Amino acid sequence: MERTISEVTGHSLPIVIVGHVDHGKSTLIGRLLYDTGSLPEDKIEEIKIASQQAGRELEFSFAMDHLEEERQRGITIDIAQTFFNSSKRQYVIIDAPGHKEFLKNMITGSSQAEAALLLIDVFEGIMDQTRRHSFILSLLGLRQIAVIVNKMDMVDYSKDKFDAISTEITQILKQLNITPSYIIPISAKHGSNVAKPDERLRWFNGPTILEALDNFETLVVEEKPLRFPVQDVYDIDGKRIIVGRIEAGRIKKGEELLILPIDEKTKVLSIEKFNEEGLERTETGECIGMCIDKPAVRGDVIVKQTSGGHEKDYKVTKSIHANIFWMGDNIYHKGDSLTFRCATQEVEGRIGNIYRRFDPATIEVVEKDAREIKAAEIAEVEIALSRPVAVDSFIEIPEMGRFVIEDKGHPVAGGIIL
Amino acid sequence: MDHLSALENKSIFIIREAYYKFKNIAILWSVGKDSTTLLWLCRKAFFGKIPFPVIHIDTGYKFPEMYQFRDEYAKKWGLDLIIGRNDEMIKAGMGPNKGAKIDCCSELKTNALKQMISKYHLKAILAGIRRDEHGIRAKERYFSPRDEQFKWNYENQPAELWDQYKSMAEEDTHFRIHPLLHMTELDIWEYTKRENIPIADLYFSKNGKRYRSLGCVPCCNPVESTASNVDEIIEEIRTSDTAERAGRAQDKEDVYTMQKLRALGYM
Repeated sequence: MERTISEVTGHSLPIVIVGHVDHGKSTLIGRLLYDTGSLPEDKIEEIKIASQQAGRELEFSFAMDHLEEERQRGITIDIAQTFFNSSKRQYVIIDAPGHKEFLKNMITGSSQAEAALLLIDVFEGIMDQTRRHSFILSLLGLRQIAVIVNKMDMVDYSKDKFDAISTEITQILKQLNITPSYIIPISAKHGSNVAKPDERLRWFNGPTILEALDNFETLVVEEKPLRFPVQDVYDIDGKRIIVGRIEAGRIKKGEELLILPIDEKTKVLSIEKFNEEGLERTETGECIGMCIDKPAVRGDVIVKQTSGGHEKDYKVTKSIHANIFWMGDNIYHKGDSLTFRCATQEVEGRIGNIYRRFDPATIEVVEKDAREIKAAEIAEVEIALSRPVAVDSFIEIPEMGRFVIEDKGHPVAGGIIL
Repeated sequence: MDHLSALENKSIFIIREAYYKFKNIAILWSVGKDSTTLLWLCRKAFFGKIPFPVIHIDTGYKFPEMYQFRDEYAKKWGLDLIIGRNDEMIKAGMGPNKGAKIDCCSELKTNALKQMISKYHLKAILAGIRRDEHGIRAKERYFSPRDEQFKWNYENQPAELWDQYKSMAEEDTHFRIHPLLHMTELDIWEYTKRENIPIADLYFSKNGKRYRSLGCVPCCNPVESTASNVDEIIEEIRTSDTAERAGRAQDKEDVYTMQKLRALGYM
C-alpha cells in the first residue's frame, strides 16, 4: 500500500519551471504528469478533445494551459500550479509564463518555489528570458536549480550540441553565483529522460528529471533569533490577544521580549490558540495569539532582548539598501512616493538613490546613479522611509529581508534587503 | 512542522490578513467539505467566534441533508448565517433543465452572490476553492480583485509575493479570498480526519455510491464507491483514477465552461 505524503516526509516541495517562450515548459509538465500516472483518465480525455478541437495531436501543454486564450495562442499567460507524487514525496509544480510581458506572473510563481528547473531549447539556444529568469531566480535566493536542455530529438540527440549549451549556461549562471545542481538533456515531447531514460541519450550519465527532483532538498527551518510581526489585535471575551505568525525563532510563556520599533520591554503572559489550554512554547512558522503586559499594534515586530554585553541581533532603520525588480508597467522616477511592505509593516517612502540599473536580458549594468527604473528592470537602490521599520538582511532572515512595493494599491516591485 | 499544520498555518494567516485589511467581509459556506474546512479554520483564527457573516447561497436545488447539516452547525457554532437566494429568478422558474446549465449557475449562484455583496457592501468574500480542483482554479491568486462588473481579469492578475497580498486599488470593488488554494482534495480529507471536522453524510457510501463533490441535486452525480467513513475515503482518493469534479454536470457542457463561469464571478 502506498503511504500518504504526510507520512513520508511531512513536506511537499514546490518547484517552478522557467525559461524562454516556446522552450517547452508546459509540455514538460504535461509529460511529467502523464508519465508518472498523475493525470486522471477523464483529464487525459479532456486534453484529447481540446487538442482535436485545436487541430493538433495530443498536446501535453494543455494539462497546464487551461485558459481558452492560452490554448488558442499556444502560450502560457498565467502561472498554474499542480500537484504530483513521486515514490519519494509530493511536489507542487508551478508553471511560469515565458513572455516578458507576463514577467510578474513568473515572479509570483518563482517566489513560492524552493527549487527551479530552467528550460533551454537546444535548437534555439540561450535567449533573453533564459538570462532574465536566471537573474530573477538568483535574486529570489533560489539555490537548487537544474538546467534542462530540451528538444534533444530535434538535434538527433547530439552530445556536442548539448555540451555547447551546457558550457554557455554554466558561464552565465556563474556570473549570478549559481552553480546548477544538474544539467540534463531531454525531449519532453518524446518523454526522454523525463520520468525514464532513453537509449538515444545513453552517452549521458546523469539522472532523469524525476530522479533529479527527488534529490532536491526541502527547506529546513533553522534556529534563528525571534521575529514576531504583529498581524492584528483581537478582543476575545475581554482578553486582549495579539496575533501573528512567528517568522523566525520561537516564544516561551513567561519570557521577557522587546517590542520594536518603540523599543519597549514586555512579558509573555500566555500563549493562545483555539481549544488549546496551557501552551508553554511555540514553533517557527506557527500562527499564534499571545497576551502580553504592554499594548502592541499591527506592524510592531517583537524580538528577544539581547543579553548584556552582546551586540544587538536586530535592526531598526528608516533606510533600506536593496536589490529590487520592477514589475509595474510604468516607469518609476526617483523621488516618487510609494508604499513599502515587509512582513506586516507598511510604511510610506520613496527611492532616494538608484545606484545601478540592470538590463536582466543581458545581465549588464545599463546605468549608474540613475534617475528612473523601467518595466522589467532590476536595480540596486536605497529606499528612504517615513517611519522606522525592523528588518533583516535577506541572507540572515529571508522572511524579514524581503519586501513588496505598492503604488496606489498595485504591487509594482519586489525586493531583497542587502 | 508537519504537512497538515503547515497548510493550516498558511490558511489562518490569510484569513486574518483578509479580516484586517477589509473588515467588512463574509465567508461563503456551501456546506460541502471544502467550505466546511474553511469555516473550521475561521473558527480557529478567531478563537471560536467568527466576527463576520457566513453566507449560504441557496439555489433551492440543494440536497435536504445539506439544509439540515447547515442549520444544525449554524446553531452549534453560533454562526451569523445569511441565506442568499435569487428569488426573482427562482420564481421565474430558472433551473438546470431550462436552457443551458451555465445560465442556471450564473443566475442562481453568481447573481445571488452579487446581490449579497451589494446588499451588505462586502469588500471581500472568503471562498474555499482549491488549485487541484480544476485547471482554471489552479491559476487563481489568494487575494483576487474584482472590478465593477465583478469580472475576474485572469489575463492580468496582480503579482503576489511572500504573503504580501494586494491592497485595494481605485478600480477594485471587492476581493475574492482563497485561503485553501494550496490544499489538495486529499489534504482536506486528512485534515478533516485530524481535526474531526463534521461532514455531511452524503459523502459516505450508501448502496455502493457516494458523492465526491456536492452541489445542486440535478447537477450532481454520485460516484461508485464503498467508502463509508473518512479513512476509507482517504484510501479511495489515494488510488483513484478519476477527477474530483467528474460528477459535476456544469463542467461538462463545454471544456471552457468553468473559465467562463469564473470570469463572470462564479465561485
